[in-house]
Amino acid sequence: MLIFEHSRPGRRATAQAPFTAETADDLPAELLRDAPAALPEVSEMQAVRHYTRLSQKNFSIDTQFYPLGSCTMKYNPRACNTLAMLPGFLARHPLAPACEGQGVLACLYDLQEILKDVTGMQAVSLTPAAGAQGEFAGVAMIRAYHDARGDTARDEILVPDAAHGTNPATATMCGYKVHEIPTGPDGDVDVEALRAAVGPHTAGIMLTNPSTLGVFERRIKEIAGIVHEAGGLLYYDGANLNAILGKVRPGDMGFDVIHMNLHKTFSTPHGGGGPGAGPVGVSARLEPFLPLPVVGYDGDEYSWLTEKDRPQSIGRLSAFMGNVGVLLRAYIYARLLGREGMQRVAEFATLNANYLMKRLEAAGFDLAFPERRATHEFIVTLKRQQKEQGVSAMDFAKRLLDFNFHAPTTYFPMLVPECLLIEPTETESREELDGFVEAMAQILAEAGENPEQLHEAPHTQPVRRLDEVRAARELDLRWRES
Amino acid sequence: MPFIPHTEQDIRDMLDTIGVSGIEQLFDEIPAELRSETLDKVPAALTEQALSRVMGRRAAQDGQPLCFIGAGAYEHHIPAAVWEITTRGEFYSAYTPYQAEASQGTLQLIYEYQSMMTALMAMEVSNASLYDGASALAEAVLMAIRANRKSKSRRILMPSAVHPAYRSTTHNIVRNQAIELVDVPYDSEGGHTALDSLAQYEGEDIAALVIAQPNFFGILEDVDALTDWAHANGMLVIAVVNPVAMALLKPPGQWGEQGADIVVGEGQPLGVPLSSGGPYFGFMCCRQQYVRQMPGRIVGRTVDRDGRVGYTLTLQAREQHIRRSRATSNICTNQGLMVTAATIHMAIVGGEGLRRVAQACHANTRKLVEQLCNEHISLRFNRPYFHEAVLSSSLPLERLLRPLYAHNLQPGYLLADDYPELDEALLVCATETKSDADIELYRDHLARVIKTQTTAGCPVKPKMA
Repeated sequence: MLIFEHSRPGRRATAQAPFTAETADDLPAELLRDAPAALPEVSEMQAVRHYTRLSQKNFSIDTQFYPLGSCTMKYNPRACNTLAMLPGFLARHPLAPACEGQGVLACLYDLQEILKDVTGMQAVSLTPAAGAQGEFAGVAMIRAYHDARGDTARDEILVPDAAHGTNPATATMCGYKVHEIPTGPDGDVDVEALRAAVGPHTAGIMLTNPSTLGVFERRIKEIAGIVHEAGGLLYYDGANLNAILGKVRPGDMGFDVIHMNLHKTFSTPHGGGGPGAGPVGVSARLEPFLPLPVVGYDGDEYSWLTEKDRPQSIGRLSAFMGNVGVLLRAYIYARLLGREGMQRVAEFATLNANYLMKRLEAAGFDLAFPERRATHEFIVTLKRQQKEQGVSAMDFAKRLLDFNFHAPTTYFPMLVPECLLIEPTETESREELDGFVEAMAQILAEAGENPEQLHEAPHTQPVRRLDEVRAARELDLRWRES
Repeated sequence: MPFIPHTEQDIRDMLDTIGVSGIEQLFDEIPAELRSETLDKVPAALTEQALSRVMGRRAAQDGQPLCFIGAGAYEHHIPAAVWEITTRGEFYSAYTPYQAEASQGTLQLIYEYQSMMTALMAMEVSNASLYDGASALAEAVLMAIRANRKSKSRRILMPSAVHPAYRSTTHNIVRNQAIELVDVPYDSEGGHTALDSLAQYEGEDIAALVIAQPNFFGILEDVDALTDWAHANGMLVIAVVNPVAMALLKPPGQWGEQGADIVVGEGQPLGVPLSSGGPYFGFMCCRQQYVRQMPGRIVGRTVDRDGRVGYTLTLQAREQHIRRSRATSNICTNQGLMVTAATIHMAIVGGEGLRRVAQACHANTRKLVEQLCNEHISLRFNRPYFHEAVLSSSLPLERLLRPLYAHNLQPGYLLADDYPELDEALLVCATETKSDADIELYRDHLARVIKTQTTAGCPVKPKMA
């Protein structure tokens, strides 16, 4: 039932709006609304009950194991939310002067320093609102760098064919052509193809390391050399930073610019699809181009650096300062983990992934790259089951929901047929992983004995499989009074 | 080990299963020379208790000021239930609803959100959010250029009375695609965008006109005439509006003969706290005919195999994970949790409640203007304003206002940096959260400072945190 269907004319949550008898009679009548907006008319309790019930129709980290590959669905410590929502932080207006916000600015400055250290970059800007905006900032900086040198013939960004879709989409937004580089059979970038592709038209390359295939790009130094020699820059997509946090730093691998997904690696909430935060880090030569504002500190007072201080900046990317509340949560998380805790993230994320990979292999599943170590995630391919039993990765994913596990990422990366990209994260216990293996093994058995059980899954959710073709063809995007 | 559940026994057993002697061995594919040393700039771990003291101190340092700044972010009352429900783990710690059957809560909520936003804006379609109002305007500009099939132009008319940070954000996001934002000056008396200033573009090929209601100065634009002018000249209309204002003002879908084509704005006034500028959310609505040009997630209602109603992400062929370099935008994660709060906020406050809030804001701002105006301070523009107004001063404003901070009062936003010609002008706003006593307090403090500064050379020491 929709909230609109609880609505009755004249019902209101009276405690929540001013009593005011004020009118707006000074305003020209032709600029006023002629009928009230048709929002639901419900009591406060009806709204609370309705949305509480809706929440119960969700899988979430707080309620289920959620091994969604490339999304790092780890525990979001409650303290991060409670402390970021202290009244002093919530009440501050974004345009209040910096001297009236030294508390929050100190946190943001400290976070910049922490992120510099864990990525090995020279400078950081926190302002991008999500990973994709961080990517935009990164590629825009690459462009600004070449432009500032009068090197304007570079019109192409290289992207491995396994990359996240945001990489090529970002390159387009920055006015670049996209050239895809193939992947070799071992999961690493085809270095010879890369060598053949670079040239005076190369602005840069966007790489994820570990890649979306769940393996570490072993020839990264060589790749960096090839791209740099051709005059291009290296962009690091930080989606998989959880795998190497505190172990290897993108700056040391030769990257010039990186973005981080704080809602992944730094455990800020995924919120049903955001808000994220996508800070960018750069090497010294790109520092003048960082997006604004950046937090400055003169040893005495914190301030916002603006275009006046950074005339070559690519500028601001949102009205104010990006997702400050998310940045605070990331800062709190970093302080709770501390130096050693940070390194343990990569260690235990990798331990859990390799353990799960070995156990699934032993249970009869095919790995996409059986000769490689898992990083923080790995890929199972169901190509054989698809061929022999007619069950797909989609069927497995839907059936897992019946076992109360969220499905792994399916059909990404597109290079691997019928794939499940599985990322357990470091915060899951061994028992949880064992339970997942048992469920997968049972589904595998069902695939042989009773494949209909998979085709018809899920059986236990509020709805069964949805008609997506109809959703797209007979668009119904809003409620209308019938 | 914070947030890591493994016992020593677990670790040993798991390493045995993998067939390695230690965790370090799992990193043996990484070239040794790349391995990092210790992280010396990351402080040692704190317990939750110790960190709570640090954060409590820093939050208290920023205080609870009496704030009369608007300029794109507005302090409103938020019902307690909004964030109690929003931060339930099932909303807070879920992700993008890729598995629709296990995400019906989030999906239905977004469908309800889309329904509420289209009702408020009198539009046909809404997406599931963008990052904020400014970046939403950038996306609207890109969308208008794709959607206006009659125009080959990459030019957009952008009034200077649109929020300056929105204009610069839009410029920064679209400039690499050879798109030109043509500045349209505001009327120096009225503060509005006059039809006269558009006359020179009549008959030219231009993709769209941006109309802000109210504009950055709080001035009401003549939206009907501007909309009809744009349509008569083959342009699309991009509306930038304050959603709370739309409970009272004519919604963009009803502007002029045909209504606006794309509507964007800052969703923060709908239940999102100020928190230094984010996270907020950008909203975007459009006409049905342009839905395939829209960026971002969209949720549709459909049925399952048994004919039961259900909700799912739809029209995904527009998006980066399918269309890659030919997507409508690179956006992936948006501002889901903020939309959750806004939806619950709108459900609780309702259409009538929101209208009362808008009226109370406007009445309070009128009171504030009345109280502050005196022989030195006057209203800068002569056209009707809504919810926010520009005051100009015959005395140097910076010196007048600094002492007010010592009284925990934030007097407004100075316009000189963005509009050098408005060198002694202040944008002020009093939402429904301000009482008559608050407004009088501001008046009295200001009067005292003016008196001090116009009678004697007594220096006033500002408070510095």
